[in-house]
Amino acid sequence: MALAEQSIKRNTEIWQDINAEPYVQIEGITKSYGDITPLRDISLSVYEGELFSLLGRSGCGKTTLLRILAGFEAPTSGRVLIDGVDVTGWAPYRRPVNMMFQSYALFPHMTVYQNIAFGLKQDNLSKSEIIERTKEALSLVQLSGFEERKPDQLSGGQKQRVALARSLAKRPKLLLLDEPMAALDKRLREQTQFELVNIQEKIGLTFILVTHDQEEAMTMSTRMAVMDEGRIRQVGMPHDIYEFPNSRYVAEFIGSINLFDGIVTEQDQDHVLLETPDIDCQCCAAHTGAVPIGANVTLAIRPEKIMVSASKPPYSQNWAQGGIKEIAYLGDVSIYYIQLVSGKMVMATLPNLLRLSEREFKWDDVVYVFWRPENGSILTS
Amino acid sequence: MKTKFPTHVFFSKSRKFFPFHRTSGAGFWLGIVPLLWVLVLFVLPLLIVLKVSFAESVFAIPPFSEIISFTGEYFLELKLNLGNYAALLHDTYYTSAFINSTLLAVTATVICFLLGFPMAYGIHNSSKNLKLLLLLLLSLSFWTSFLIRIYAWMNLLSCNGLLNSALLKLGIIDAPLQLLGTYSTVCLGLVFCYLPFMVFPVYAVLEKVDRSYIEAAHDLGCPPTKAFWTITIPLSKSGILTGGILVFATSIGEFTVPELLGDAETITFGRVLWNEFFSNLDWTMACALSIAMMICVVLPVFLLQRRARI
Repeated sequence: MALAEQSIKRNTEIWQDINAEPYVQIEGITKSYGDITPLRDISLSVYEGELFSLLGRSGCGKTTLLRILAGFEAPTSGRVLIDGVDVTGWAPYRRPVNMMFQSYALFPHMTVYQNIAFGLKQDNLSKSEIIERTKEALSLVQLSGFEERKPDQLSGGQKQRVALARSLAKRPKLLLLDEPMAALDKRLREQTQFELVNIQEKIGLTFILVTHDQEEAMTMSTRMAVMDEGRIRQVGMPHDIYEFPNSRYVAEFIGSINLFDGIVTEQDQDHVLLETPDIDCQCCAAHTGAVPIGANVTLAIRPEKIMVSASKPPYSQNWAQGGIKEIAYLGDVSIYYIQLVSGKMVMATLPNLLRLSEREFKWDDVVYVFWRPENGSILTS
Repeated sequence: MKTKFPTHVFFSKSRKFFPFHRTSGAGFWLGIVPLLWVLVLFVLPLLIVLKVSFAESVFAIPPFSEIISFTGEYFLELKLNLGNYAALLHDTYYTSAFINSTLLAVTATVICFLLGFPMAYGIHNSSKNLKLLLLLLLSLSFWTSFLIRIYAWMNLLSCNGLLNSALLKLGIIDAPLQLLGTYSTVCLGLVFCYLPFMVFPVYAVLEKVDRSYIEAAHDLGCPPTKAFWTITIPLSKSGILTGGILVFATSIGEFTVPELLGDAETITFGRVLWNEFFSNLDWTMACALSIAMMICVVLPVFLLQRRARI
């Protein structure tokens, strides 16, 4: 089975190794201010060399968690261990951790060189070493020759790199990045994402990144945690979270998805059969966990995994008839909004293999949607 | 709620002289008003003062000669009297007034900074409600007339004033202390009156200093005290300079405080000017004095302004 293959592959990853020591351990962190509790009992393990993302909407607590790691805020309860050492009560300036701020926080009264050297001076390094490490950091972010510029003479992208160089020059054990790309435009953001991953792989540092941009989290991270209302909803590799969301919240948060509420009618070892009022025929989806017959579950199917055809598919399961109500043309793909006979709206993403004028389906066409059992997921919560 | 103080009066980053860039529409006419205001009520009188400072003092109404006159049929004569300026430089009466005023202003400015910065920093770091209360308390002193406040000090510090009688009653001193009429009392008066001028701009700048700069400094391994000196102080430079200029410029020309809290020894610019104008009826000297004073105020402002750009 496809699933089995995946689990073998995953065993080679460090976080699947039971004997591996987590580099950063967050143990039962709770943070509350009076009635507000931005973090509720968060536990996470991040391993050495990972690029771990904390993903969530604004206000989900991801930044608070990052600030607790940096030491700017103290947790109400819980512990933070870095490389086996409990740093929970440590002041930020004593932690072997550096943070890259969303606003970059480059000191406006200092040059690029002074900004980067600032952190090194605090470590009482020799002058020659400061010069050498500043140079090294600047060449790492490809900004050699910018030493004497002031921050307001830099573009947004350059500022971001100086901020990165400044935190990397300290050679921290852990680098925290707070929405590092938020201030960049889309093209620059994509380019910088790859650069950041390259740098991270080159120096083998552990990164924890906070973002609200799921694409960013998906492209960059080794693993990510989806957060909501101060809780972690799911932790896993990007494709795991996308393909196998563990809850309705995660499924809806990451990408777009079609959800069908239904009742389980049958289950074998790795499939679940269900009936849903939205679809006339029976639905079948791959699922390994035990689900009681008669349980209310949700069938989730990603729009790109839904196939559309003009003729009735030759299956007894997993199809429905509908009419195209709306077509959103995005250039590379088009999103078809198909209203099923039951009235349910279904999204299907199809690549635009043909030019717009030649495309197969038009508004109000009667079509059939269908999908493979492996492409549906069963959400029990 | 943030208190807005016009920190940028002196240190606007924009080098544009005019506050408007469109040459038509409401902006233009709105821009004209301050321009006219400055021209008619400031530049024009200043030119008159400049003119009078070069005239000769005569016993007439008005008590100065015309510097431009027609002589003969075709001669326009410009007669400049530099005597007043020469006297300013040579007469010790004026030079000591200049030194006194400058010293007083500098001392007052330094003390205002030493007291005002911690106050501004304290207000900046206090909770939202307390902040509002402290700012209100600070501006409370403006609600009472300036003169009344100075008179209150006179009352407190005079020989049979509150302080002396209290000290006498407690048996700490045998005879009343001579508190009024000293250099320190004048300084005290200046600091008392102009301290808010330092606190408000510094507070306004501190409020604008992004918290993340301080956090970044801590994050980079800099302990809080060091971060204060290397980040907070340099970043609030423009506020300190604005406050400094406000205190310095107002103190150097101050008349009331030295007149009421000082004695015959504490001769300052303001008092000399008053004397020349009202006692000696020497308008030309008074004008020369005010021009000299203006140069004393404008020159440091000008120099500081160039340095204030971060």
